Amino acid sequence: MTATARRGDRVYRLATGACAASIPMLLAFIAWVLATAAWPAFARFGAGFLTTGTWDPVRDAYAVGPALLGTLVTAGLALAVAAPLAVAVAVYSAELAPRVLRTPLAFLIDLLAGIPSVVYGLWGIGVVVPALRDDVGPFLRGTLHLGGLPLFAGPSFGPSVLAGAAVLATMILPFVAAVTREVLLAVPRAQREAAFALGATRWETVIDVVLPYARGGVIGAVMLGLGRALGETIAVALVIGGQHAFASSLLAPGYTLASLAANEFAEASDELHVAALMAAAATLFALTLVVNAVARWLVGRVARRGEAT
Amino acid sequence: MRLPPWLAVVLALIAACGGDGGRDGGTPAVLTGAGATFPFPLYSRWIAEYQARTGVRINYQSIGSGGGVRQLSAGTVDFGATDVPMTPRERAALGGRRVLHVPMVLGAVAVTYNLPTVPRPLRLSGEVMADLFLGRIARWNDPRLAALNPGVALPAADVLIVHRADGSGSTYILTDYLSAVSAEWAAGPSRGKDVRWPVGAGAKGADGVAGLVKATPGAVGYVEAGYARQHGLPAAELRNRDGAFVAPSAESISAAALGIPAASVGTEQPSLVNAPGAASYPMASFTWLLLDPARARRGATRALVDFVRWALHDGTPVAVALGYAPVPAAVAARVDATLAALRASTAPGSAARGALPREGGA
Repeated sequence: MTATARRGDRVYRLATGACAASIPMLLAFIAWVLATAAWPAFARFGAGFLTTGTWDPVRDAYAVGPALLGTLVTAGLALAVAAPLAVAVAVYSAELAPRVLRTPLAFLIDLLAGIPSVVYGLWGIGVVVPALRDDVGPFLRGTLHLGGLPLFAGPSFGPSVLAGAAVLATMILPFVAAVTREVLLAVPRAQREAAFALGATRWETVIDVVLPYARGGVIGAVMLGLGRALGETIAVALVIGGQHAFASSLLAPGYTLASLAANEFAEASDELHVAALMAAAATLFALTLVVNAVARWLVGRVARRGEAT
Repeated sequence: MRLPPWLAVVLALIAACGGDGGRDGGTPAVLTGAGATFPFPLYSRWIAEYQARTGVRINYQSIGSGGGVRQLSAGTVDFGATDVPMTPRERAALGGRRVLHVPMVLGAVAVTYNLPTVPRPLRLSGEVMADLFLGRIARWNDPRLAALNPGVALPAADVLIVHRADGSGSTYILTDYLSAVSAEWAAGPSRGKDVRWPVGAGAKGADGVAGLVKATPGAVGYVEAGYARQHGLPAAELRNRDGAFVAPSAESISAAALGIPAASVGTEQPSLVNAPGAASYPMASFTWLLLDPARARRGATRALVDFVRWALHDGTPVAVALGYAPVPAAVAARVDATLAALRASTAPGSAARGALPREGGA
C-alpha cells in the first residue's frame, strides 16, 4: 500500500468520524440549550413540576402533571389501538394479498403515512370530534350505561383526550404499517419455503416463522410509532381541548406536552412562563429519549433471543 | 453635463444612505414598530395613507402584544403596540424609563354562543357571566340565566366554556371585566392574558374559539367584537354598570371611553371595563401605541407624534369604515394636548432627554 493511499484512508476516516460525531454533539447541544432555558422552572418547582397540576401564569405557578399524563395516555391508547391493526395490515399487504393488490396497497399505505399531521388534525376537528360528541359519547353513556365510570363521566363535547388518542391512532397506523411491511418483506424467502416444505399452512407460516423472525424490526416499527405519537403537536393541539386539569374522564378536555408548548409559546412574555414551557419541552425530550432507549433494549433482547434459538 | 451611469448609481446610493441617519432631528427614513395583531388591518391602512400624503414610511410587524412590549423594551423598534397595558413587572424592568401608552382605537370582547333555539340575543350580567366561567352554572336552563332572559325558552343543554389556549388580549379584557364584577373571580383566576381556567376547553386563536363554539351546541366563548361581527357570530348583550343591556357596537364601545375621565396618554392606563354610562359596553378596551421617548432615535418621536395626531383625527373615517370604534373626540383632544407637549420637548435644540420626567421617584 502506498503512502498516498494510507493518507487518503486517514483523511476519509477523520472526515466520516467528524460527521458521525456531529450527531451526539447536536443531541448534547439541544439538551444543553433546553436544560439552561428550563432551569429557572425546574429550580423553582422541583419534582412538583411533573407531578402537580396547577398552571397559573397570573400567580407564577406552573406544573405539567396533567400534560405529562395526557401525553402518556393519548400515546399509549393510540399505540394500543394502532399497533395490532398496523401489524395486521402489514401482514396482509406483504404476505396474504393477491399479487395484483400488493403494489397499490403498499402505495396507499405510504401515501397515508406521508400526509402532514395538520391534515389529520383538521380531519379530527371535522370528523372525530363531532362523532365523539354526537355518537360515541351518547352511546357510551346512553346505550352502555357507562356514565357512572369515572373514565366516561361528565358531558362529552368532543374535544378530549379520547379525540387526541383517536387522531394519533389514525396517524401512526399507516406509519407503523409501512415500516412493518418493509420488515416483513426483508424476511428471506428460504424461511417461508422451509415452513411450507414442512407442511405449514400460510397462517402458520406467518405466525410461527415470518413474524418471529421479524420480531425485532416489528417492535422497532411500533416504537417509532410511539415516538411519533408522543411528540405529535399540531394534530393533537387541534382536538385535545387545551385544559390543564387532572380529569379522570377520557371524554374531558386535556393537554399534551407538545401541544402545550405550541399553544402558549408565541404569546408567553414572562420569563418564568417561557422557562416553564421550555421545561415542558425538556420533559418531552427526556421522555422521548427514554422511550427510544427502551425500544433499543427491547429490540436488542429480542434479536439475541432470536439468535439463541 | 452628463454623468457616467456608474457615477449616477453611486451618487444615488450615497444620497439614499444619507437619508437614513436622521441627523439634526430629521425624520428617520423608515420608522419601525411591532406588536398587537388586533389593530393591524387599521394600522396598515393608516400607514399606507399617511405615506401617500407625507412620504413618511412606517414598517409595522404584527407579532402580538407581548412581542411588541418586548421589542420596545429592548429598544429594537421605534414604537410598540399592545392591547394590554404594560404590567407593573414589565414597567419595573425598564429601569426607570417612561414608556407612554397612546390610545389609538378601541376594541371590545364579544361573548358568543351556540344556542340554535334561542331567537334573540342572549342577555348576561357580569355576575352570571362570572358564574358561567367559574363553572357554577352547568346547564343553560339555570334559573339565574332564565331571570335575565324572560320569555326565552333556554334549552336543558350542558354549558361548554370555550377559552383561548394561547395568551391573548381578548382573554385579558374578559378576565379584567370578570375580576371587576366578581370578587370570587378576582380571588380565583384573576386577570391576565392567560389565566388558570376553572372549566372548559381551550382552542388556539380566535378562529379556534369561534370554530369550536360554532360546532358545539351549548358552547359559549369570547372573541374580539369586530371578529364576531365579520363572521356573523351571535354576540350576547351585557348588562352594564347602569343596568342597561348593551350589544357590542362601534357606538357602545366608544361610549365606554367617554365614561373614563382619566383616559389619555400616560405610563399607566385606566381600565375601560365596566365603564359607567347607560350606552357603554362593559367589556371595551383601548389598544395602544407604545412610545419610549428616552430611547427613540432622534426625530422618531416627533415623526410618530405627527402620525398619531393625523390618525386620531383624519384617520377616523378609515377606522369606522373598517369597523373599529374610534377614540371619542373628547379623549382625542386630551391625547393631542399631551402629545403636543411631548413633541415640543423633543424638538431639535431642546434638551430632549432631560425634559422628560422619569418614573419611579427619581
